[in-house]
Amino acid sequence: MTDAAVDRPRLDAARLRRWLPVYGVYVALVALFAFNAVFTERFLLWENVRIQLVQVAPVVIVALGMAVVIGTEGIDLSVGSVMALAAAIVPIYLGYGAAPAVLMALVGGLVVGLVNGGLVAYVGMQPIVATLALLVAGRGVALVLSGGQLKEIRNPDLIALGSTDLAGLPVSVWLAVALTVVIGFLVRRTVFGRRLVAVGGNRRAADLAGLPVRRVLIGVYVLSALLAAVAGVLAVARIQSSDASQVGLLYELSAITAVVVGGTPLTGGRVRVLGTVAGALLMQLVIATMIKHDLKPSIAEMVQAVIILVAVYAARERRAR
Amino acid sequence: MTALDKRQVPAGEPARRAERRSDRVADLGQRHGALAVLVIVSLVGLAAFPGFRTPENAATLLVNAAPLALIALGMTFVILTGGIDLSVGSVFVLGGVLAAWASQYGFWAALAAPLAVCGLIGLVNGVLVARTGMPPFIVTLASLLGARGLMRAISGEGSATYLVAAPAFKMFGNGAALGVKWPVWVAAALFLIGTVVLHRMRFGQSVYAIGGSADAARLMGVPVAATRVCVYAISGLLAGLAGALNAARLGSGVTVLGIGLELDAIAAVVIGGTLLTGGAGALSGTAAGVLLLGVIQNLINQVGDLPAAYQQVISGSFLAVVVVAQTWLARLRRVASG
Repeated sequence: MTDAAVDRPRLDAARLRRWLPVYGVYVALVALFAFNAVFTERFLLWENVRIQLVQVAPVVIVALGMAVVIGTEGIDLSVGSVMALAAAIVPIYLGYGAAPAVLMALVGGLVVGLVNGGLVAYVGMQPIVATLALLVAGRGVALVLSGGQLKEIRNPDLIALGSTDLAGLPVSVWLAVALTVVIGFLVRRTVFGRRLVAVGGNRRAADLAGLPVRRVLIGVYVLSALLAAVAGVLAVARIQSSDASQVGLLYELSAITAVVVGGTPLTGGRVRVLGTVAGALLMQLVIATMIKHDLKPSIAEMVQAVIILVAVYAARERRAR
Repeated sequence: MTALDKRQVPAGEPARRAERRSDRVADLGQRHGALAVLVIVSLVGLAAFPGFRTPENAATLLVNAAPLALIALGMTFVILTGGIDLSVGSVFVLGGVLAAWASQYGFWAALAAPLAVCGLIGLVNGVLVARTGMPPFIVTLASLLGARGLMRAISGEGSATYLVAAPAFKMFGNGAALGVKWPVWVAAALFLIGTVVLHRMRFGQSVYAIGGSADAARLMGVPVAATRVCVYAISGLLAGLAGALNAARLGSGVTVLGIGLELDAIAAVVIGGTLLTGGAGALSGTAAGVLLLGVIQNLINQVGDLPAAYQQVISGSFLAVVVVAQTWLARLRRVASG
């Protein structure tokens, strides 16, 4: 045996280990899609694909914001509560029309984002605590605003947002696609994107290099909260009612899962926008596959847990190298 | 703060006395801030609400706080090592369902089943955190999902509610000794034991050392991995016990409770002055934090026409205020010590 012969398989394993966390999600997505196309009845019907896409759209939108926050080595636990807050604000201003109501919902998100960002950037709180406080308080405020009641939405413009199609796809799906492009552009091609990755890679170095670290952090949390508010408005438009106690419940988990499965490391310094979208699609497909094959939701949850662990474990191996 | 910290300040050095005074003020604020606020809020409650003054109300307040107290106790250990356990809420529910289900086989089965399963989940958390180097936050997030899935699997997708069959087990949740209900005794006893473990035993000192600096602790020969595994196992065990006690009190394994309980527990620990970065804090603070959350909730109920959602608003804002104060106190201390 020569050294080269011994080295080669090890090198391949190393390459696989680097490669897997980044592209594994796409492979898994294609494999699972192929599996369903062959073995699941009525999977390829347009109605089914449509339903899956409509269901995944708000998760994608929230997960995009989460990916950007995680890119700065942060986390935003408040996204589900921001969705609830947006959902609670919409019916209050719906009397003035759909546009002002949506605008006010976004303002609500903006305020939460500013508070999150301020606590993280200026007070120096750990992101997990700052956004935890907003998670608890945000849903509380949403419940207070809505009086704890479910409100039906009858505004035709808002209902149209949730149920019309544009070129064969629902508006919410187009919105998710558009926001993916915008965030992708933001992260890859703008100064803000470069800065947020630099802050996530090494905050102290970014600070010493003269980057406006605090402003970047505030911008990141505002972005995440705004995207969550959009998702909240979409949820209201789709189910044509606003229930602050239900909208966005546990969305923070779905969003974090999508980001992590998509190959964005929790240690920051890297944002995988397309990976995040693929992660959200994969988790949606996993659940759909299990439901269609009559596996119980309880099993689906346990499988999700294992997928998260495997994804993080694979990413950890790559970092260790 | 701890024995370790006291050693770092040499005693009787005149030049440093003034610095140490501001240091001590910051320290006091951090350690007993929650207790002070608890006393103030309770006094206001006593003065303003006749309904708050009754012994029955005090008993209800304490027994309601007992499960959260147990969970926060375990969470304090985890947070002191610099970790976090997000799975306790669903482990708590799982424990309750398991206890109610196992109560058909008698009192001891009803106690052993949740402790075994929940302890095992904690153990798995601990091993994954300690041995693979994955962040505690993501490991316990996964086990949050896993435990909830398991709970649904044994309760017919959350539709079946097991009633507690063993009368002795029901007594465990509702019976009283010396006028205080059993869950409160259990919580109080475990807090005492926890305090002794943290401050008087090697394991407790290891917990503080790891939270201060895991690398330094390892170099000093502290069994870092084993200690980490233990704290997560303790957290799982206590969450399971809390679930069992709650099931015994309610007489059934309720499947819909416990969402967000991990956040209440973290809030109680942080309000109690334990730093999320690990290494500093005490169980007395956690107890004050738990009671404070309970008193706030109770007072909101006393006001009556206030929606229960205000409790979330208040505890969320409170959490933010406390952590802001902590950060400033820490900064003050850094300035004081040069």
